[in-house]
Amino acid sequence: MAASTNGHDYKVIGTRPIRHDGVDKVTGRAKYGADYSFPGMLFGKVLRSPHAHALIKSIKVDKARALPGVKAVVTSADLPELADKMEAAGEQAINLAHLSANILARGKALYDGHAIAAVAATSSHIAEEALRLIEVEYELLPPVMSVEDAMKPGAPVLLPTLRNKEDGPDKETNVAAHMQFKRGDVAEGFKAADFVVEREFKTAMVHQGYIEPHNAVGIYSADGHATIYCSTQGTFVVRSLCSAVLGIAEGKIKVVPAEIGGGFGGKTTVYLEPLSVLLSKITGHPVKLVMTRGEVLRATGPTSGSTIRCKMGATKDGKLVAAQCWLAYEAGAYPGSPVGAGAMTIVTPYNIPNILIDAYDVVVNRPKTAAYRAPGATNAAMASETVVDELAEKCGIDPLEFRLKNASAEGTPQTVGPPFKRIGFVETVEAIKNSPHYKSKLTGPNRGRGVASGFWFNVGLQSSATVNIHTDGTVSVVTGSVDIGGTRAAQAMIAAEVLGADINDVRPIVADTDSIGHTDVTGGSRTAFATGWAVYDAAQDALRQLKERVAKTWEKKPEEVAFANGLFSPVSGNGVKPMTLKQLAPRLARTGGPIVGRATVNARGVGPAFATTLVDVEVDPDTGKVKILRVTVAQDVGKAIHPAYVEGQMQGGTAQGIGWALNEEYFYDEKGVLRNTGLLDYRMPTCLDLPEMETIMVEVPTPGHPLGIRGVGEVPIVPPPAAVANAIYRATGVRMLELPMSPPRLMKAMLKKRAAGDSQAAAAD
Amino acid sequence: MVKKVIVEATINGDPVELLCEPRQSLLEVLRDELELTGSKEGCLTGDCGACTVIVDSRPVCSCLMLGVEAAGKNITTVEGLATGATLHVLQQKFLEHASLQCGICTPGFLMSAKSLLDHNPTPTEADIRYALAGNLCRCTGYDKIVKAVIDAAKHVADGVGTTHHGKVPRKSASEATRDMLGKGEEVK
Amino acid sequence: MHAINYESPKTIAEAVKLLAAHGEKARPLSGGTDLIIQLRAGTRRPEFVVDVKQIPELHRISFSLQHGLHLGAAVSCIELHENADMRRYYPGLTEAAHLIGSLQIQSRASVGGNLCNGSPAGDATPALIALGAKARVVGPNGERIVPVETFITGPGRTVLQPGELLVEFLIDAPAKHSSDAYLRFIPRNEMDIAVVGVGGALTLDLDDDRVVDARIALGAVGPTPIFAAEASKSLIGKKFDAAAIENAARLATSVATPIDDMRGTAEYRRHIVGVLTSRVLTIAAERARHNEQR
Ligand SMILES: Cc1cc2nc3c(=O)[nH]c(=O)nc-3n(C[C@H](O)[C@H](O)[C@H](O)COP(=O)(O)OP(=O)(O)OC[C@H]3O[C@@H](n4cnc5c(N)ncnc54)[C@H](O)[C@@H]3O)c2cc1C
Ligand code: FES
Ligand code: FES
Repeated sequence: MAASTNGHDYKVIGTRPIRHDGVDKVTGRAKYGADYSFPGMLFGKVLRSPHAHALIKSIKVDKARALPGVKAVVTSADLPELADKMEAAGEQAINLAHLSANILARGKALYDGHAIAAVAATSSHIAEEALRLIEVEYELLPPVMSVEDAMKPGAPVLLPTLRNKEDGPDKETNVAAHMQFKRGDVAEGFKAADFVVEREFKTAMVHQGYIEPHNAVGIYSADGHATIYCSTQGTFVVRSLCSAVLGIAEGKIKVVPAEIGGGFGGKTTVYLEPLSVLLSKITGHPVKLVMTRGEVLRATGPTSGSTIRCKMGATKDGKLVAAQCWLAYEAGAYPGSPVGAGAMTIVTPYNIPNILIDAYDVVVNRPKTAAYRAPGATNAAMASETVVDELAEKCGIDPLEFRLKNASAEGTPQTVGPPFKRIGFVETVEAIKNSPHYKSKLTGPNRGRGVASGFWFNVGLQSSATVNIHTDGTVSVVTGSVDIGGTRAAQAMIAAEVLGADINDVRPIVADTDSIGHTDVTGGSRTAFATGWAVYDAAQDALRQLKERVAKTWEKKPEEVAFANGLFSPVSGNGVKPMTLKQLAPRLARTGGPIVGRATVNARGVGPAFATTLVDVEVDPDTGKVKILRVTVAQDVGKAIHPAYVEGQMQGGTAQGIGWALNEEYFYDEKGVLRNTGLLDYRMPTCLDLPEMETIMVEVPTPGHPLGIRGVGEVPIVPPPAAVANAIYRATGVRMLELPMSPPRLMKAMLKKRAAGDSQAAAAD
Repeated sequence: MVKKVIVEATINGDPVELLCEPRQSLLEVLRDELELTGSKEGCLTGDCGACTVIVDSRPVCSCLMLGVEAAGKNITTVEGLATGATLHVLQQKFLEHASLQCGICTPGFLMSAKSLLDHNPTPTEADIRYALAGNLCRCTGYDKIVKAVIDAAKHVADGVGTTHHGKVPRKSASEATRDMLGKGEEVK
Repeated sequence: MHAINYESPKTIAEAVKLLAAHGEKARPLSGGTDLIIQLRAGTRRPEFVVDVKQIPELHRISFSLQHGLHLGAAVSCIELHENADMRRYYPGLTEAAHLIGSLQIQSRASVGGNLCNGSPAGDATPALIALGAKARVVGPNGERIVPVETFITGPGRTVLQPGELLVEFLIDAPAKHSSDAYLRFIPRNEMDIAVVGVGGALTLDLDDDRVVDARIALGAVGPTPIFAAEASKSLIGKKFDAAAIENAARLATSVATPIDDMRGTAEYRRHIVGVLTSRVLTIAAERARHNEQR
């Protein structure tokens, strides 16, 4: 269902062609990173710390090296030592010492799973056996697993050189940063409130859960050049980070994008890539490394668990007047949680005059977190959207009406940055109000319906594209944006739209780092927006040149050539026969040579995204198990280029949000060792755990974008945990303040409520 | 010294003879020895289903079967699903319904779904969801996968059969749109 | 994985000979859905893997009302579930086998493997105990019969001695008006290891709705599966009503000794034992009432 508010009459955009890479992917031909192999290739494996926090006293590798078939063993001593300060690596600022030490631990193991050494051997089995022969001497240190413990005075310190501005240059700390965001005067604001709700929430660390483990094949050649085949969200990031970690010039590294089996933000940094090159350099052979699922869970970048206090006040008539929030996020072993984004999204959907938000980035003995779909926002929305629900109830106002009363719209100030331009939050709430789901009655015991909304900034950043016109009139579109979920099709559709070409005559190609201009990661919901913009501009560039050729053929000026519906025709008709691209293309050689359209963007004016999600649940009163009965998500998608893949993003994000809500969590024991290192116990939803997912695409075009595109990938994950919590409340009367709302937690809360009810009843007797 | 074992099996209809180390899983043998990399590795513990192949008409996680156990077996992998250049109806429906995003789970889902339709050509949605519960997809939320299998089953039931010779490669935009929008509404 | 040798004997005698020859260094392989994971993780490192699936006796399901059931140790859960006698006469055991993993897992996993793996959380084990199943074990010194409730001796440990092979399960044919049921609790709807599992078998006297025989067994709430003897006994001779169910559930809960782990807290598990025991008894009784066989 698409409610278009975008008046254009497109031919290709908005249709649902079969994706160009589809056949390869349903026949098993598509090559993902782990599918590459080369003659003489060796297999690498990584030894990982079994301890959460330990000094590495010594590493003995002789026995491993002596095992027949083993070709190399490396430790951090084989990597250059890098400065412990923020530095530019490509486009990002990053502490390279931290990055390097996360790839191979230097001096200290900071989490269960921290890489200690790597081996290359003639088979993966031999490499694995070699790991057992490496002797590491550890001196155990007390693990620090929660933000509360890490922030306590006297807590064991993870990084002796870590400092924050507030505590000054002399104080050792686990708090990497404190940020504050302020508007108005919250104390005054709360005075004006008739109702105030204050709650503390906890959310567990969760993983993106992409099905494809990290992988890399590195080939170092004798002339000093390195080639890396890997499944990454950003080939250029891999290039710049490998360059920094290995001390090899960027220009000597080529990164070839393999197909990628999911990322959700988790494949925007490097783990194995530098090791593949390092091991290849030492052995002279191509080296392939593929993580096991246990390694993925223990040692890649999940997203932060968090503690969030959220206090909001509203007047009787349902106007929000003040919000005060305190957020502390687990960064993992090195600084860099998304707590800033959490702080900047937590109350942004609402127009609140007085806000005060404090945010803390805290290191703990857990893996260094990485981005996960709208990083930081889901934790935050769990808190604020539950409090909003409670306030709506106190005011006696329907939660959707309450949101409409307070919704941010064009001109509303954001927590940070300029006021919103045209956004579609209100439209998503209206869409839910008008949905068949909302209009249906939910009946039956132990059932409840909940709603929540979510906001995400989206990003723009840099992209490059070229559009080649071939002599048969077909077109190839080259970008540097890895295709994780159908973006090739979208790029081809944009070029086809501009050039009036049939979608089957356009071939989208994702090029390696030597074959296309710089392009930032496929992430931040930016690929359709920014790379799509580059493709649009590149196609326009090609079209301009094509018009010039037509003009030349007709001996007219380019302005005298019109183009519509795939036909070049004279602006004022006088005798010449209109021409199609297919007719023109064979003549290019005679009218000046090949045509290549090109464009680069550093996209500004990104359109933020909003979603509102409605969930019906049924709770088993005896076990606390929650069944999702029905779910509908309404999202402002700007302009859906390929609606089926936009729906796919909405459904996939919602599914991940539901997993986060109900059962997913990192479970560490008291020693800081991860207990659920497999997908049997890291419980992502199966298809029996989810119902049909209804989607409503609302199209409010992003101002300034030539096609009105808005990023769609991230925001749908934001509302579900709060929506489920609100639904559980309606079903049971219990407000859940902790994620996941797993059966034991919910049962405990229900029993507690029943006991309280019983004692109240007893008191009344 | 460990003996390597000669294993004879039928893979995607062809007799195959290979020399296996007993510790190699069937998945490893398929991917590393036979270059059949369509079967994917997502966990090696039987949890994700990305490595699903059909062994003597049963769906099996090839990561939890030794290559040497394949002796004498008839094995179908995703590479054996299409008939020549003609896609299996499930492959076709997965494309039409946009049932894959990243596509890493797709081979496993296709094999589980094929096994289901082979055993039960008229499954209910509940049957489908049960049969696919051993396959994890993190991208799609399963909605479009389930719809594709429902649609494929309809074709099988209509007698178009699993040997459906639909012309696969991309349709024209308008053709595809007509198809998809029509069906999309019908399913919704 | 470390290097292994693979053998696939065709007879029990051959298998026992191989297993006995290599002692602790050998390990039977059935469906491999536990063993291959353990080999890969390095938690078991046998040098010889003896595939028992080629041995006909381990593949047999034979049932008659006179002789009861012979269930081969290596019969896959899917074959078990597809067997009409199993579904009709042992619905509880059948549903337990059908709960194990996904269809992909059930295509390979066996009830014998489920028991021999020695997990306290295996789904088939409580169902077997509820039915009073006996395990027929053959080893270098001959054959012995072991009641399933004494088979597992600790997490991952069983009564099996090096060289011994579990051949089959022997289960009596169900009496008239008797039946069984198995339920487990998992947070998802598939693909989870039991937080708690409860198996129950009942024989009723429909004339006065009295319990003639009862057996209740618990999984995942102690170091081994537990035969809840007191709870079972409490029902026998009693009228099958809400009070009797509640009492049995309470007694069952009292023998559970669960721990806190990633699958649930001890407190929660105890609570669930009560819930599932009630539900299992109710289902088993309903089935028993309709079982007119014999
Ligand atoms: C994804 C997944 C999901 C699972 N879900 C469940 C579940 O829901 N419930 C559950 O209970 N289990 C589950 N399991 C565990 C496993 O599938 C079961 O325990 C299964 O029944 C084991 O049977 P198998 O034939 O595969 O055993 P194997 O792995 O072949 O053997 C298991 C052990 O028993 C020994 N053994 C096997 N046969 C014999 C014999 N005849 N004589 C002596 N020793 C023998 C082996 O040496 C080994 O130690 C799951 C496993 C996976 C991978
Ligand atoms: S790789 Fe075999 S089930 Fe995941
Ligand atoms: S499409 Fe990516 S995991 Fe299914």
